[in-house]
Amino acid sequence: MSRIVLSNINKFYGSNHVLKNVDLTIEDGEFMTLLGPSGCGKTTTLRVVAGLEKPQSGAITMDGRTVVNAEEQFFESPAKRGLNLVFQSYALWPHMTVFENVAFGLKVAKMSKAEIRERVESALTRMQIPQFAQRYPSELSGGQQQRVAIARAIAASPGLLLLDEPLSNLDAKLRIDMRSELKRLHQEMGTTVIYVTHDQVEALTLSTRIAIFFDGHIEQVASPMELYQNPATLRVAEFIGNPRINLIDGDASVENRRMTVTSAFGTHVFDQKQFTPAAPQSGSFACKLGFRPEQIRLYREDRPGAVKARVYSCMPAGSETLIQLSVGGHSFLGKQLGIRHYKTDEELYLTVQDDLLNVFASESGSLVKQAVTEAE
Amino acid sequence: MFTNPYNIITLIAVILLAYLIIVPLIEMIKTTLTLAKSDLRRVKGGTAGEFTLYYWNRLLFSDVSRNLFWVPLRNSLIIAFSTSALSITMGALIAWLMVRTDLPGKRFFSLAVIIPYMLPSWCKSMAWLSVFRNETIGGAAGFLSYLGIHSPDWLAYGPVAIIIVLSIHYYAYAYLLVSAALRSINSELEEMGEIVGAGKSLILRRITFPLVLPAILSSIILTFSKSMGTFGVPSFLGLKIGYYTISTSLYSTVQSQKGISFSISIVLILLASINIFINQKLIGSRKSYATIGGKGGRSTLLSLGKWKWPIVVILSAFLLVAVVLPLGILLYQTFMLQAGNYGLSNFTLHYWLGEADPNISDGLPGVFRSPQFWMFVKNTLLLVGLTSLIATVFGQMLGYINSRGRHLKSGKLVEQLVFIPYLIPSIAFGAMYLAMFATPTKVNILGLEITLIPSLYGTFTILVLVSIVKHLPFASRAGTSNMLQISTELEEAGQLAGANFVTRFARIVFPLAKNGFMSGLMLILISIMKELDLIMILMTPSQATLPYMAYTYSTSGFQQPASAVAIVMFAMVFFFYWIANKFFHADIAGGLGG
Repeated sequence: MSRIVLSNINKFYGSNHVLKNVDLTIEDGEFMTLLGPSGCGKTTTLRVVAGLEKPQSGAITMDGRTVVNAEEQFFESPAKRGLNLVFQSYALWPHMTVFENVAFGLKVAKMSKAEIRERVESALTRMQIPQFAQRYPSELSGGQQQRVAIARAIAASPGLLLLDEPLSNLDAKLRIDMRSELKRLHQEMGTTVIYVTHDQVEALTLSTRIAIFFDGHIEQVASPMELYQNPATLRVAEFIGNPRINLIDGDASVENRRMTVTSAFGTHVFDQKQFTPAAPQSGSFACKLGFRPEQIRLYREDRPGAVKARVYSCMPAGSETLIQLSVGGHSFLGKQLGIRHYKTDEELYLTVQDDLLNVFASESGSLVKQAVTEAE
Repeated sequence: MFTNPYNIITLIAVILLAYLIIVPLIEMIKTTLTLAKSDLRRVKGGTAGEFTLYYWNRLLFSDVSRNLFWVPLRNSLIIAFSTSALSITMGALIAWLMVRTDLPGKRFFSLAVIIPYMLPSWCKSMAWLSVFRNETIGGAAGFLSYLGIHSPDWLAYGPVAIIIVLSIHYYAYAYLLVSAALRSINSELEEMGEIVGAGKSLILRRITFPLVLPAILSSIILTFSKSMGTFGVPSFLGLKIGYYTISTSLYSTVQSQKGISFSISIVLILLASINIFINQKLIGSRKSYATIGGKGGRSTLLSLGKWKWPIVVILSAFLLVAVVLPLGILLYQTFMLQAGNYGLSNFTLHYWLGEADPNISDGLPGVFRSPQFWMFVKNTLLLVGLTSLIATVFGQMLGYINSRGRHLKSGKLVEQLVFIPYLIPSIAFGAMYLAMFATPTKVNILGLEITLIPSLYGTFTILVLVSIVKHLPFASRAGTSNMLQISTELEEAGQLAGANFVTRFARIVFPLAKNGFMSGLMLILISIMKELDLIMILMTPSQATLPYMAYTYSTSGFQQPASAVAIVMFAMVFFFYWIANKFFHADIAGGLGG
């Protein structure tokens, strides 16, 4: 059980500034995911928390106890921070059996033989691999190695569990299995988890909150659904969601506490209640209209408020059908549940729910009009 | 079956390999069990050609076996054990310093620590003698004597000298293997230890060391078999005081008592095989040390702190002793008119450029003026050129078989056949070829006399043949790794376009394999160029190569000409290394076979 506070962390490799003023608070029992493209600093942040890297400035506290204070050159050793780590490579010791791998840390901690045995067995059982105790890592499949690595990390019941892209070496099916396993593990143990990944589906499905990293700084920290529905910037919007969000150029003007947006999709008027703090109080600016593929409704007949669209191609995939469409020369993607068949170049009519639209200021990239979020 | 080119090549390869590896081995065993005509008077009532245990008896259980076999065996074991211990300690230590610490000047050191390995070990023993030679065996005294320091016999000759010289040579094995192992360790394995609270020394003992243990074991085995079978060094430093090892005992009996000599060879081969077998047993266990899991590979360097500069000084001093000193002494010696006189007044270019003078070295002219020298240079280049070319071409073919037939029985058979020469120490390998090609074997088929095995002793062909076959394991390993890089799909695409096997090989496989081909060729070339042990027994003066020339000069007491030849040879070796590295990106560590 740990509450972790990172304040103003800066980390350089030579002249390379890899972490820029990182501030992040992770509440006790939270499943916090650090998400971002490769090289954005998320793994470095994890290693700084673990104590494997020393930041040049900043401080970290765990449950109020200072573990890093760079100004005073104080760095608590990793072993005393009460955490454990699962590496992307698993880092299983190839010369030790599964049992020895899990037991090593407990032996170092000078636990009694009986307690070690009990803890190892309980960790292995929890990960459903007690039958492999006497095997060597090389005799296990990738998924089994993964389970050993997690068992090793939870054996000493750490207050904080760090996971560095733990699923990235597994095949697609195993990844989904392990995902649900990890979520269950987190809920059963109640441990605080920091999870690093570049896979947004993992982040969205597992986390209680997500911190999005770009170029060494945190762009947004929010719950998964908040992140999906109201990405704070264009970069976040384009990073989150598969298929990607549709962005249509438009012109916005703010007058009398109302925002009017004109685009190929017609004219939309939004009330001030839906403004974000980044929204200007008045004036006009170039904007981008953002909406998710599944927020589109398609009709064969015209109806009030509908826009005429042309089908570019239609791709049914069983559970859903993706349709590439164009409106006034703007190309975008629509998604409908179930099997649909549209002919190439067929003309359709579509509507988008005003409430769910995102509007971004083109120049700053910030969200200026947020969606009315659905209840979680 | 015979329309598939893979099968044809494999069949040819198997027949050739059997003829060149299995038959000589059988011939040699047969010789040790057959009474020779020259030994008729020693065996009462014996007839030439009959089965006999006389040679084995004489070697193992007679009144001469102590001096002929048991003492040399003991000496060899002492040398092999001590050399392994010493060179592995040095090699592993240097490897650790180079890979895991913040040692300054790594770029320089990484090249410098390999150089001793380029210098043949027998060159080092020549240099050793130049420093430590004393009056015991006559001839000009060494550098220490010139300075007025008497070097004791135990230091100048015999086991101590041999062990030191061999260790300075063979530590390179341990260095290369252990540093590769250390480099392949994902440092996350150590960081994991740190996270669970293990201290630096516990991590080193329980995690790092066990992980490099297989590499250490391999280098022990490799060094042990190499020093067990080596001939050059113990013959330079041991023969003159009657200190025999298995290999020098083999050499000294080969002319007069072939049966005994071949028996010794067989013992040597057996010892080497047991060694390799133990190696396989130790390493081929369940603990596979291949890196588990996905990517990783951050490496955090250990700070040497205040030890940094003392270590640099010690390492530099070591390199000075192992590299600069032997080369420097050999070079300096070539400029001394009178051996053993290091004064400036003694300076001469005679041994390089001088005309023949009956008062100096029995009238030997300076090496560059000596027609004999140029003939030997020509011989050497011809031998290494021919041999490395044929061995590499054949090696690539074998590589092709191995890579395309990994799952087939035929592929495995070829792989195992090729591996045999690796088991056999060079000098015993030479003896094997002597046994096979000394006299022709003819058979009569339907009245036609067909020569199955020609008499090749004393010809250039046998030198080429023995060098090729001995270097096949390396050539085929290089070929295999080269061919594995070329996906079969590239070939299949050619096949779909209608290209036949020859076209495919010439237009697709070979161009892609070119770089690997050349780097493999250069490494084999260098290895053969330094070779002394292998061809020693088969050599006749007219076919001599530079190493042999240096050896005979040196054993006849002509130190300056011997040194000059060694220097020329080293210059050539270094030149070829440079070419290999510069143009073909050859990995020097790849030449471990030689």
